[in-house]
Amino acid sequence: MKNKTTMSRESKRKLNGIYSMAIASIFSIVVFAYLPKVSGDVTYSFVLDKEWVLIQQWVIDSRVGAYGFSALSVLFTALAYYLFRKGKKHGIAIFGFSIGFFMAFLCWASAGDFVPFTGLLQGGLILAVPLIYGSLAGLVCERSGVINIAIEGQLLGSAFVAGVVGSLLQNAWYGLLVAPFAGALISVLLAVFAIKYRIDQVILGFVINVLVIGLTSFAAQRFLREDSEKWNESPILQPINIPILYKLPIIGPMFFSQTIIIYLLYVIIIVTQIALFKSKWGLRMRSVGELPVAAESVGIDVNKVRFRNVIIAGAIAGFGGAYFTVGSVGAFSREMTAGMGFIALAALIFGRWTPLGALSAALVFGFADQLRSVLSIAGTPIPSAFMMMVPYIATIIAVSGFVGRVRAPAADGIPYQRGGSH
Amino acid sequence: MIKKILDKTLLPLFAFLLALFVGGLVIGFTDNKVLAKISSPIEFLKILGSTVGNAYLALFQGAIYDPNLAEGKSFMAGFYPLSETMVATAPLILCGLSVALAFKSGLFNIGAQGQFIFGAVGASYIGFKYEMPMVMHIMVATLAGLILAALWGGIVGLLKAKTGAHEVIVTIMLNYIAAKFLLFLLSTQYFLRPGRLDPIAPSVKETAKLPSLFGVDYRVNIGIFIALAAAVFIWWLLNRSIIGFRFRAVGANSSAARTAGISVSAAMIATMAISGALAGMGGAIHTLGNQYELTDTVAATFGFDAITVALLGRGTPLGVVLASFLFAGLRVGGQTMQANVGVPVEIVLVIQALVVLFIAAPDLVKRIFKLRNLQEASAMASKGWNG
Repeated sequence: MKNKTTMSRESKRKLNGIYSMAIASIFSIVVFAYLPKVSGDVTYSFVLDKEWVLIQQWVIDSRVGAYGFSALSVLFTALAYYLFRKGKKHGIAIFGFSIGFFMAFLCWASAGDFVPFTGLLQGGLILAVPLIYGSLAGLVCERSGVINIAIEGQLLGSAFVAGVVGSLLQNAWYGLLVAPFAGALISVLLAVFAIKYRIDQVILGFVINVLVIGLTSFAAQRFLREDSEKWNESPILQPINIPILYKLPIIGPMFFSQTIIIYLLYVIIIVTQIALFKSKWGLRMRSVGELPVAAESVGIDVNKVRFRNVIIAGAIAGFGGAYFTVGSVGAFSREMTAGMGFIALAALIFGRWTPLGALSAALVFGFADQLRSVLSIAGTPIPSAFMMMVPYIATIIAVSGFVGRVRAPAADGIPYQRGGSH
Repeated sequence: MIKKILDKTLLPLFAFLLALFVGGLVIGFTDNKVLAKISSPIEFLKILGSTVGNAYLALFQGAIYDPNLAEGKSFMAGFYPLSETMVATAPLILCGLSVALAFKSGLFNIGAQGQFIFGAVGASYIGFKYEMPMVMHIMVATLAGLILAALWGGIVGLLKAKTGAHEVIVTIMLNYIAAKFLLFLLSTQYFLRPGRLDPIAPSVKETAKLPSLFGVDYRVNIGIFIALAAAVFIWWLLNRSIIGFRFRAVGANSSAARTAGISVSAAMIATMAISGALAGMGGAIHTLGNQYELTDTVAATFGFDAITVALLGRGTPLGVVLASFLFAGLRVGGQTMQANVGVPVEIVLVIQALVVLFIAAPDLVKRIFKLRNLQEASAMASKGWNG
């Protein structure tokens, strides 16, 4: 047991987190349940299968629901505190708290309305896909010590290439196949200028974005518009049902009746999480990202490791880019990534540069975006512009250390020269 | 003296030429007429040359002087494009100064876009809401935008000074927040133009519009002089004032500055507030001198172009002025190029990105042109997220 006076920074951070949960729970009771003057029925619909018919409906009075779910978040906050005192992990309690708080919010926000619950989850997951790819690309890059602001460019460039190749060959699979190469090619630019020419990586990433936006928009204007039948009508990847699993209610259609891009995502998430902390590759990556001098002293070629990982990151972003064209709509349109690369960066930072953290953050951001579009149809007390701000505000809060400080890899963004001088 | 000037201008010049060359290749090799001749080398080079030449000629005509416009009218009428370029230059100078000033204090202000938006919001609101006499209206409206933007920029300095939050991350996020906030504002009754549902505010009153310099035929207005005055002021601030000395000291070595008794926190907050004010002034001038009405796309890409401007101008006020003129010319001329010879205007983005890339990587330009003794750009010291 840790003594209170010698409490480590880490546990202080956790305690602050629990206090924030308590405050949020009280906020939830007051604002979502107590204050609203009117209450109405909220209808949650659950679609259990792929067929778009209502199978289950659940109606609850908004005030009752808000009280109930707020109580749930209070309960989980207490559990979190209990587990913390016992010195045990309390991740599960945070998860429970989040669900309670979120549902209370939903009851309040959609009083008197209809909420397509399964659609909400499904749409959120879909929106999170490019974010997760993007943030993993950022992760592999930044854990190796190279700042990646060019995620947006990597996504956009590979979306373009995937769409065009898919269209020219009239086969979405070829589009998917070339996308990681396109992403990697953009990464080569990042790697060469960051590692060899030692340019400031923020400027570099920024310039790469401008370059990719310029080139893709130029080409879109020149070829894709003039002869769109040839250049810009790619078929799309079809969903594949995973036997047995896809028949599960709710989660079946959500997770196991998707395109190959999403299955690939599962693999990449698991591989990065395990490899980063358990493999030689991951150890080297972390060492050149945290303390390159030490890495070199044990015979690791710092810049080679960085170069390789930056390229790998580009390839990962490439799959995310393919999602925009062959994975969803088929056709490429100018600047279609629309800032998703920066939300992915936000997710990476908010997720504290860890794969699972970035994954959760990306899911939360994707979900918030889907919620926004659902609520804007239903009509809510919150203007949709504010819902759109969620990822950005969350990130500022995270980097400002209001809820525990986030820390980038120590050598992130600092070019390395042999012998450790820079 | 001449050598000194040459030293300073050679790298940007070569970088620009190289970027134009690569841009020309992109234009040429994506043109069907050019590609059709690829089998015969001499014909191919000829048509490649003329295609690229025509594109850049159209660009020039769209940016500086177009003899077609002068036909049948006075010689001066051909300068209409130059007037348009000037209109676009003014806000760009102010945004570029915003980024450049922050550079000098060791901060990377990516947030000019968001600060610009707040400047435009403040100026627009005072401009359409209140009745005031001519000069006063312009001053009050500009001041309102300036203060809002200074606060918006100041947040960044405050967060950086008090919590260590990296200004790049914060400004990227604040840009998006500002854009969404503008969208929200334009949907409220305070800003929505009566009878309209799309995001557009009422036009500013006549008294708030910046007076034009050469009559109604040319849109160039006093905004360009305001921007130039700001450039002179920033030069003075950085090079001749105590505050500027402190800024530069913090930028050069913040721990040494702290040891010397300079308050690094105060310098950071002040820098970001002034930077914000500059970009906000750009927004105000753009609104009062060019757009007249606030829309959700009022900021266009000024804030982002500002970064390339500051880099090309090497962070000095004079450099920023020249670079702004160049990029504004490219942007404005690019429109004509697209209309006249069908080369998409986005090629300008490519050229812009390449210029900055080459500037930032002096080693590369030196190698290509076999230049020696070329004075290096004051290399942007690369620092990490935690720096």
